[in-house]
Amino acid sequence: MKIPVAYSFRNLWTRRLTTIFTASGMALVVFVFASILMLAEGLRKTLIDTGSYYNVVVTRKASGSEVQSSIDRLAASVVETQPEIATGPDGRNLVAKELVVLINLQKRGSTKPGQVVIRGVTDTSLIMRPQVKIAEGRLPKPGSYELLAGSSIAKRFQGGGRGERLRFNNREWTIVGVFDAGNTGFNSEIWGDVDQLMQAFRRPAYSSVIFRLSDSSEFSTAKARIEEDPRLALEAKRETQYYADQSAAMSKFLRILGISLTVIFSLGAIIGAMITMYSAVANRTSEIGTLRSLGFQRRNILYAFIMEAMLLGFIGGCTGLFFASFLQLFTISTLNFQTFSELAFSFTLTFPIALNSLLFSLIMGFVGGVLPAVRAAHMNIVDALRAG
Amino acid sequence: MFLIKLLFRNAFRHKLRTALTVLGITIAILAFGLLRTVVSAWYAGVEASSASRLVTRNAISLVFLLPSSYREKIGQIDGVKTVSWGNWFGGIYIDEKNFFPNFAVDPMTYLDLYPEYLLTPDEKKAFVHDRKACVVGSLTARKYGWKLGDTVTLKGTIFPGNWDFVVRGIYRGRDKGTDESQFFFNWEYLNESIKKTSPQRAEQIGFFIVGIKNPDRTAEVAEAIDRSFKNSITETLTETEKAFQMGFVSMTEAIVIAIQLVSFVVIIIIMAVVANTMAMSARERTGEYVVFKTLGFGSYHLVGLIFGESFVITLTGCILGILATFPAAKAFGDAMSTFLPVFFVSPRTIYLDILASIIVATSAAIIPALRVTHIRVAEGLRKIA
Repeated sequence: MKIPVAYSFRNLWTRRLTTIFTASGMALVVFVFASILMLAEGLRKTLIDTGSYYNVVVTRKASGSEVQSSIDRLAASVVETQPEIATGPDGRNLVAKELVVLINLQKRGSTKPGQVVIRGVTDTSLIMRPQVKIAEGRLPKPGSYELLAGSSIAKRFQGGGRGERLRFNNREWTIVGVFDAGNTGFNSEIWGDVDQLMQAFRRPAYSSVIFRLSDSSEFSTAKARIEEDPRLALEAKRETQYYADQSAAMSKFLRILGISLTVIFSLGAIIGAMITMYSAVANRTSEIGTLRSLGFQRRNILYAFIMEAMLLGFIGGCTGLFFASFLQLFTISTLNFQTFSELAFSFTLTFPIALNSLLFSLIMGFVGGVLPAVRAAHMNIVDALRAG
Repeated sequence: MFLIKLLFRNAFRHKLRTALTVLGITIAILAFGLLRTVVSAWYAGVEASSASRLVTRNAISLVFLLPSSYREKIGQIDGVKTVSWGNWFGGIYIDEKNFFPNFAVDPMTYLDLYPEYLLTPDEKKAFVHDRKACVVGSLTARKYGWKLGDTVTLKGTIFPGNWDFVVRGIYRGRDKGTDESQFFFNWEYLNESIKKTSPQRAEQIGFFIVGIKNPDRTAEVAEAIDRSFKNSITETLTETEKAFQMGFVSMTEAIVIAIQLVSFVVIIIIMAVVANTMAMSARERTGEYVVFKTLGFGSYHLVGLIFGESFVITLTGCILGILATFPAAKAFGDAMSTFLPVFFVSPRTIYLDILASIIVATSAAIIPALRVTHIRVAEGLRKIA
């Protein structure tokens, strides 16, 4: 015969203060656990959405990122003529020679600087990134000192909003539009006409050449031809891979931080649960004796106490997850130390994360409860009854 | 004396529970100490920088360089003592994950401005005279097993090609906070080499380090430097080394804030655990407390007992945690030396540890203490019956 779950639940209810303390400790652990998973997921999602599997990024060999790369006009025109490049609706090749540099901008409402990517683009750049949509204003006119800002820049940086002006290289630039690139890294960039920007920054070379494959399986052919061409010292990557590489260090950092914090914190919470459960067992010695003499098996007692501990974990888990879900309203904007540029990403809660957090809280409850439950189950009936 | 004995007896009456609580506090203090150390390691560059050095760079951003002719112009500005210069080289040793900062600098003036990098006179001489010479910090040298005279090859990311250097000096830090992971080589070597391969990129400088005569005049000199290049093709931005380093740190501020928040969360978690233990102990001993009251002891005696017990438990855990922090920080610092080269437990961290445990001990004892003072003797006696 089983001891009903209500018994475990009522026990928690009777000792409310202790239950609250223990459950809130666990809730905090689950909160931290979930928030780090959410952050890692947000970063991953941003990276996945930024790159397209059909696009290829060509940079100078060993440069690692577009900012450090340079491709002179001759090399760029060789890349431009690869036969694997797709053709756009107007019959032109879908290829863009882009310039990527960093500029210092001040964050709104503070004197703190941030480094922002300025990308010199052509009209094909927009066609190749369908996730980029104009949210306000219009596109910059070619040949003018006009810029288009990503929505995250418009919100966070001085001079980034529509109609505002930026000054660099002795020139005034006007932001004529704001684009929304969804959940992507482009949101943390400013776009402008590549030729104007190259002239302004006095850069004779492009940073990268981006092209779209007409057939995505031809990537390795195109890559091999570009990388083996003796005139070029370039390397080609799929855009998805390129952006994943850009944030590899950041992802690794979040992972290390997440794992170590979770381990340390959960140790603390498990100890908390253990203390609570041991005292629950000690306080109810005579009760356990009564249950046993009524005919409940050792097994039943074991289950009842483990159930109580897991219930405790579950309450903590739900509370922690409830508060963690509000984090989705926040966006983290920080320096990506690999590219030295600003990257914004938000906490993202997915179903697997919620499930994992709850599972984690149940495991914490179980681990904390198992030893006390074993002690309860192994009590001698006579001694237990006498203890009361 | 008797009171202290009673406190310890009380604290360790439930051996298992107390041991678990102490263990929990130890873990929490350890975690708190490590997180605070990570935060201070983050600011290590700022801490180690001097207020009497200025950094001049391109106003647009660090990606853009300055013409080398600026060094004479900066040198002429009133208040400037020494001008040194360098470029971020961004070389990779074998693989990208073997990261250490590497710069091309002007040996003579750079070592002048950075007396905290300790080299023997022979090493200094060799660095200045050998064009292919490089000087590395002892941390990096130890990590890759480099000795004086070894040849080291870096793969350039910004300046393409493989670059060979000969280790001519291994520097140690003067202070505990000095970064011992950096790699310096002769700027002339870089400049002469790119003159041959891509002449349009030669004679360009990433940053100037300006030593000034009178540290009180930093703001004035910085402004004078920027003013003299105003409205030129390449405008400059000059700030103290501290502000420059702070700029980098503040860009990653979100991460630092997160770590700081988390370090407080761990304290709150442990607060809940200790408070729980104290609540349970006090509840179990209600009967005893009432007996004390009956015997004529005042409320403040009982409050003292509860607070004392809470302090005994918490401080035991705190001391164990602090003791464990040192070896743990050493292990963690060795593992993370690529990201955080300067990693040591500062006295400030220890003070914070102690402060945190005092707060934990106090707040854990408040509720049980209040309960005891409010309980009526008859009610309490009935409870044991």
